[in-house]
Amino acid sequence: MNGLNVTTAVPCPGVVARPLGLPRRSDIHVVMPVAKQTVASSDDVGLIEWMAAVANHRDRQAFARLFDHFAPRVKAYMRHLGAEAAVAEDLVQDVMLTVWRRAEQFDASKAGVATWIFTIARNKRIDGIRRERRPEFDPNDPALVADPEPDIDTTVDSQQRGAHLREAIAELPKQQAHLLHLAYFEDKSHSVIAEELGLPLGTVKSRIRLAMKKLKSQLAELR
Amino acid sequence: MPSFHPSDDLLMDYAAGSLSEPKAVLVATHLALCPTCRATVDAYESVGGALIESMNSDRVDSSLRDSVLSQLDEIEPERPTVMTREALAQVDLRVPEPLRGYLGSGLDDLDWKTRGRVGEWRILKDQASHTSRLFRIKAGAPMPQHTHDGTELTLVLAGGFTDHGKHFLRGDVATADETIDHRPIADADEDCYCFAVTDAPLRLTGTFSRFLNPFIDM
Repeated sequence: MNGLNVTTAVPCPGVVARPLGLPRRSDIHVVMPVAKQTVASSDDVGLIEWMAAVANHRDRQAFARLFDHFAPRVKAYMRHLGAEAAVAEDLVQDVMLTVWRRAEQFDASKAGVATWIFTIARNKRIDGIRRERRPEFDPNDPALVADPEPDIDTTVDSQQRGAHLREAIAELPKQQAHLLHLAYFEDKSHSVIAEELGLPLGTVKSRIRLAMKKLKSQLAELR
Repeated sequence: MPSFHPSDDLLMDYAAGSLSEPKAVLVATHLALCPTCRATVDAYESVGGALIESMNSDRVDSSLRDSVLSQLDEIEPERPTVMTREALAQVDLRVPEPLRGYLGSGLDDLDWKTRGRVGEWRILKDQASHTSRLFRIKAGAPMPQHTHDGTELTLVLAGGFTDHGKHFLRGDVATADETIDHRPIADADEDCYCFAVTDAPLRLTGTFSRFLNPFIDM
């Protein structure tokens, strides 16, 4: 599998007061497949609570835990994308301090903690390694067309989603998983991947599309 | 809501962070106008989150940890800035962020290079592998007929145009590859403003292409 452990020795997360704005775990209408090992690992529960503690209480200990969990992963991400060790560490520092600075802006209903930190790391490496600006829309822009009201029945907890996605990725055929890694961790657009693998662009697109379709169908099972 | 969207692979490249800056500006500006594509990009970003979560981690030196933790007290939480009423009055709402930030002024105040009924304003000139510009096409007027190498993405900001039987309005993205020899025509009732990014230099195929050379090297 993908290296996630399910340990039974972790204290029950339910005893911690639920931070405002976070979905209550009992609200999540998900039937957990018992036979599978990686679903909703204890890590996921910890991450979201540490994030909430940082956002609401500037909790340094919770931040240190987030650091211990994410700094090694963010460093690996930067190294994959071609950063020398020293540069990678500078970027890790930048990413983690941004997590601290923007913790209040993290919205657990929109993204998992790992996803949110991925987007920060991605933007920092575009800035720091590729030396380009990362253009993003501004959610507070008066010109923005707002989201329709969310359909509550289809809201799936973002952390659950993350756990299922990891599982689905681990089950992808090697070829498809490899393409995903190239797309996310090597700064290669679809057309560059196609060129380097000597494959027609259409083939690369359809393989990635196939992989995404499998991931989507896994997520759809949650609904 | 827009009817024509960037392709899924562009949205994924945007989420993964591998899209060139000019195309990323166009995609992100479409996202400001398209909740549907925002949801798609969110899903692609969650794949990035899952990949980073399950990746083998690198050892991080404890001195880095100490250094980060020692800086926490100096850092104030960042809160989203809310625009003042004065600032809001200055904003050209036809141009959402992030494109607005690249213009430096509203559409009416740009120093358009005009030729006939088509005005052009280039941005992102340092990105030499791409041609990025805004167009202002007078109501009812055609664009210069052209084909191009690579792909041309056109995002409508105001008004609309028709190309190959399709009608594009605000927020829509028209995608044209090198096989298409096209001649978009602006709607008759309103000037059309759009933002176009080509990932190669333009070549003109119309009879008067030589006279239209300024469109290539401006």
